Amino acid sequence: MSAATPPSAVGPPAPGDAGVLVIDCVLVTEILTGFVREEVGKVGFRRGVVGLSGGVDSALTLAIACRALGAENVVPIVMPYRTSSPASERDARRVAAQLGADPLVIDISAQVDAYFERLPDADRARRGNKMARERMSILYDVSSARHALVIGTSNKTELLLGYSTIHGDSAYALNPIGDLYKTQVYALAGHLGLPEEVLAKAPSADLWEGQSDEEELGFSYALVDRLLFHMVDERRGRDELLRLGFDGGFVDQVARRVRDSQFKRRPPLIAKLSQRTIDRDFRYPRDWGR
Amino acid sequence: MLSDPDVLAELAGEARPDPVVALAQGAPRLGDVPANVDRHLELIAQAAERGADLVVFPELSLTGYFLKDLVADSAVRLEGKEISALARASRAVDCVVGCILEGDDHRLHNAAVYLSRGEVVHVHRKVYLPTYGLFDEARYLAAGDRFRAFTMPLPSARAHREWRAGILICEDLWHPTSPAVLARDGVDVVICPSASPGRGVGSGAELGTAQSYDVMTRTYAQLLTTYVVYCNRVGYEDGVGFWGGSRVVGPDGEIRGEPASREEAMPLHRLERGALRRARIANPMLRDERHDVVDAEMRRLRRRSRM
Repeated sequence: MSAATPPSAVGPPAPGDAGVLVIDCVLVTEILTGFVREEVGKVGFRRGVVGLSGGVDSALTLAIACRALGAENVVPIVMPYRTSSPASERDARRVAAQLGADPLVIDISAQVDAYFERLPDADRARRGNKMARERMSILYDVSSARHALVIGTSNKTELLLGYSTIHGDSAYALNPIGDLYKTQVYALAGHLGLPEEVLAKAPSADLWEGQSDEEELGFSYALVDRLLFHMVDERRGRDELLRLGFDGGFVDQVARRVRDSQFKRRPPLIAKLSQRTIDRDFRYPRDWGR
Repeated sequence: MLSDPDVLAELAGEARPDPVVALAQGAPRLGDVPANVDRHLELIAQAAERGADLVVFPELSLTGYFLKDLVADSAVRLEGKEISALARASRAVDCVVGCILEGDDHRLHNAAVYLSRGEVVHVHRKVYLPTYGLFDEARYLAAGDRFRAFTMPLPSARAHREWRAGILICEDLWHPTSPAVLARDGVDVVICPSASPGRGVGSGAELGTAQSYDVMTRTYAQLLTTYVVYCNRVGYEDGVGFWGGSRVVGPDGEIRGEPASREEAMPLHRLERGALRRARIANPMLRDERHDVVDAEMRRLRRRSRM
């Protein structure tokens, strides 16, 4: 790799870099379908519940869940807020209809507004996080009511960047797409024939009107996915990343985001006192006895 | 040579009593040894009924793989009730089972136990305990210290010839010296019970790990002119999927039939003495192996590493 490669945060793929995010969609579908079927079944469930936003992550998750459990055993829940884009609900319904799943639509405006009535100064980040947590509380309520496991929709890019609400969209029992970068989510969603409207629109958390992931993050998924692949999967150091053509400031910014959001990917800390503290020296697999 | 009954039988075109091996590619319940023993007994009975002479189970088939602190809770002893029950079942068909084996010194090993005619014939304790990436074995387990060939009794096969085997567990296979030692010890079959987690989903229609095992099993079989019997598990543990792909590779380096899929299955394959003979005559690397040169070089390297 030439050192003369122009550093750019939005440049074209570096030479030799094309294809690093390519996945075998048939194989991945088979693995993820088996994962959902087995891990749901092991804990004594037959059904799943998926929060369906109209975006590509939840559409893909629902598609995998329906393949694994049968569409009749999956409850998609669409949870719009009054400022959510109408297109989101329309796309969510389109996805559910295509997959043959029967969606629940629960408007969260009243419960969110009731809370913020007393807190008129709350900024939109607080409001967005609250919405994410209201949705979580609904998913877990339906989980209990329908004896259905909550299946998560966080992709690897947002997990690594900490681009999520803790105990909100990051709360679930299992996650089939958490080891797929956003770019790979698109590839797999396309392979599974999900609606063009879902594949074509700009990624958005849709927590407020006109929100755009890429604007908020300050870089494109296409670029950050490549960087994260080289940084995380390939364990390349900063010098190597610069030689691949990534901008130093961009590398540092992303590395810092990954480091600073580590707490979101770990269970909470427990003060050590005894000889065996949970998760430190009391280590059992989650699938214990299953 | 010409009085050798196998050779005479081969020359006469007679069917020889070659052994049949069953690959019990299953998914144990994690840490539930009693349930897994029951499942082994069912599969051993099925294998015997289907005419197998040997049934090979995957690595840690009595316990599952990502045990963490369940290692100590799921340990069995050679004279314990679990191995005794399986040994009784081995009166019908020889078997290789995977377990956490606790010795008198209370060290815990990742072991494969060969049972036949009600007895423990051979125990292999995994030598290479992977402790990197998603693996954490050396934290919980003691390492074995030997690779040994042994003679498989195979009483049901009534073979005219002895079949020599050696066992390598999963990571043992990633060190090419392991099968090389067994080959020098005279094995006809390398038995490899495995719990290989699938990962690497780039283009190529096969997992990265599956491709690696494909290369290893075929290369060792061909270069050492031995059978490689590879039995991997399936199922998921804490989100990690095991990819199956159990197979028998002939001493010509060719896979017999198709590797198993990612599902539970118990394919049967015949090990042919004639194929071993043909491979070793066509490609006599074992005959030509220069043990004197290897030994001299090893002595030199040992001297150097002491300096």
